[in-house]
Amino acid sequence: MVEYFTTTNLGIFLLTLGQILLVLVPLFVALAFLMYGDRKIWAAVQMRKGPNIVGIFGLLQSFADFIKYLVKEVVVPAGADKFVFYLAPMITFITAAIAWAVIPWNDGWVISDINVAILYIFAISSLEVYGVIMGGWASNSKYPFLGSLRSAAQMISYEVSIGLIIIGVIISTGSMNFGDIVAAQDGAGIFSWYWLPHFPMVFLFFVSALAETNRPPFDLPEAESELVAGYQVEYSSTPFLLFMMGELMAVVLMCALISLLFFGGWNSPVEFLPDGILWLVGKMLFFFFIFSMVKAIVPRYRYDQLMRIGWKVFLPLSLGWVVLVAFLAKYEVFGAFWARWTIGG
Amino acid sequence: MTVADFAFYCFAILMLVAGAFTVVSKNPVHSVLWLILTFLSAAGLFVLLGAEFVAMLLIIVYVGAVMVLFLFVVMMLDVDFAALKAGAAKYLPFGLLIGVVLILQLFLAFGEWHSAPGAEALRRTVTPDAVEIHNTQAIGMVMYDQYLMLFQLAGLVLLVSMIGAITLTLRHRSDVKRQNVLHQMYRKPEDSFEMKDVKPGQGL
Repeated sequence: MVEYFTTTNLGIFLLTLGQILLVLVPLFVALAFLMYGDRKIWAAVQMRKGPNIVGIFGLLQSFADFIKYLVKEVVVPAGADKFVFYLAPMITFITAAIAWAVIPWNDGWVISDINVAILYIFAISSLEVYGVIMGGWASNSKYPFLGSLRSAAQMISYEVSIGLIIIGVIISTGSMNFGDIVAAQDGAGIFSWYWLPHFPMVFLFFVSALAETNRPPFDLPEAESELVAGYQVEYSSTPFLLFMMGELMAVVLMCALISLLFFGGWNSPVEFLPDGILWLVGKMLFFFFIFSMVKAIVPRYRYDQLMRIGWKVFLPLSLGWVVLVAFLAKYEVFGAFWARWTIGG
Repeated sequence: MTVADFAFYCFAILMLVAGAFTVVSKNPVHSVLWLILTFLSAAGLFVLLGAEFVAMLLIIVYVGAVMVLFLFVVMMLDVDFAALKAGAAKYLPFGLLIGVVLILQLFLAFGEWHSAPGAEALRRTVTPDAVEIHNTQAIGMVMYDQYLMLFQLAGLVLLVSMIGAITLTLRHRSDVKRQNVLHQMYRKPEDSFEMKDVKPGQGL
């Protein structure tokens, strides 16, 4: 039976399909409740009640919204490029979903255990910008186009700083595989995680992640006070749902990346407790909470301020940090504090 | 036909079709989108060859950055591509002739290429075993250990060209209002407004 799933073509196909469903179905269900949680936290900060009608405490609100989005009519603006108009939300959704192929949930619990996992994540997140540009262009309308132009510049700028920050972690580990990166952080609990050796970069990564996923305070692409809703203006019904789910999935992916790269993944913070998937999920939930709090309490940045921070502050800082970490790791300052090479070396 | 063969034919056919559509599609934005599909298929072929590092770089650099700039330019510039392509039929025979000549030249060159018997084996000995060292590391060793000087020189050339491009486009305009960020950040409430306690019915 086991041989059928590891040797025959159909067996491998079914096994992979099963693994994909095992990751995506819980993820989609979790997205519904994360959306609800996001709105509840936002409401609590503003001393409102938030969604509280559908189900107990409004728990089923997201499912009601889901059905509403599905059954509504799709409106396509006149003069829109229909094919690209429908393609854009699909690209946003699919790229956000396929990035999860290389995210491990526990030691070895990963669909595709490849040695360029971080580059893969990076490649996929560089594709995400196309959903925004194509959506804005295909709508054949001014506000969406302006929103998409802003967004493209923003996402490309912050990808650079995210990439450089991750390079610091790669230098410390000597591998681009998430399993190796988490294994390198195993040891004396919370103090052997990478947040300590890469301390300033944790904050830079978090802020860059906010900008990369178009979350407030950097939600310039959809700045509703000036651009109505940016590239999403003309979208309704299911295409809009795909945009929304894609964006939320990208946010959860960023939470997973922060947990894996800087906070030890599935390693437990204290030595006497066992490692496991619950630690990773707990860390992701914590960072999602921080994402929601930032959305609720930080005012939106001006566009030129955003670009200035990206290119004139984050880029030099992260570039300098890469050089510094390379030296610290090469000359093994503080023993294996920065140099935790699992391979080569 | 194994799965790898099937994937190869899928990617190869997709790449050729997308490349053809890049040339023939009327809307330039569609052309760029087809070109992106071509790059993605090429990345798939690289993965099938076992060169996953090159595949990822192709996507990150070309699809993620270069093509976005292309798309920007094509969207912003109002170029009438229909007018540009109007003469295409006139030049088509000439273009086809050049294509045929190129293919014949390549065929002549590679058809007559014979490796020395030992050369094939020698070429393989340079490449380390894939099990021992994966290709990301192998590329790193070639670039940073063997050919460090050439790699640094290439970087220097890029740096010089970047400085050149910046110098060409840099101009100091005196009629433009500029923002001083530090000035903005150090501005205090007292600098810009004062509080007055206005008595009812009196005014200032």
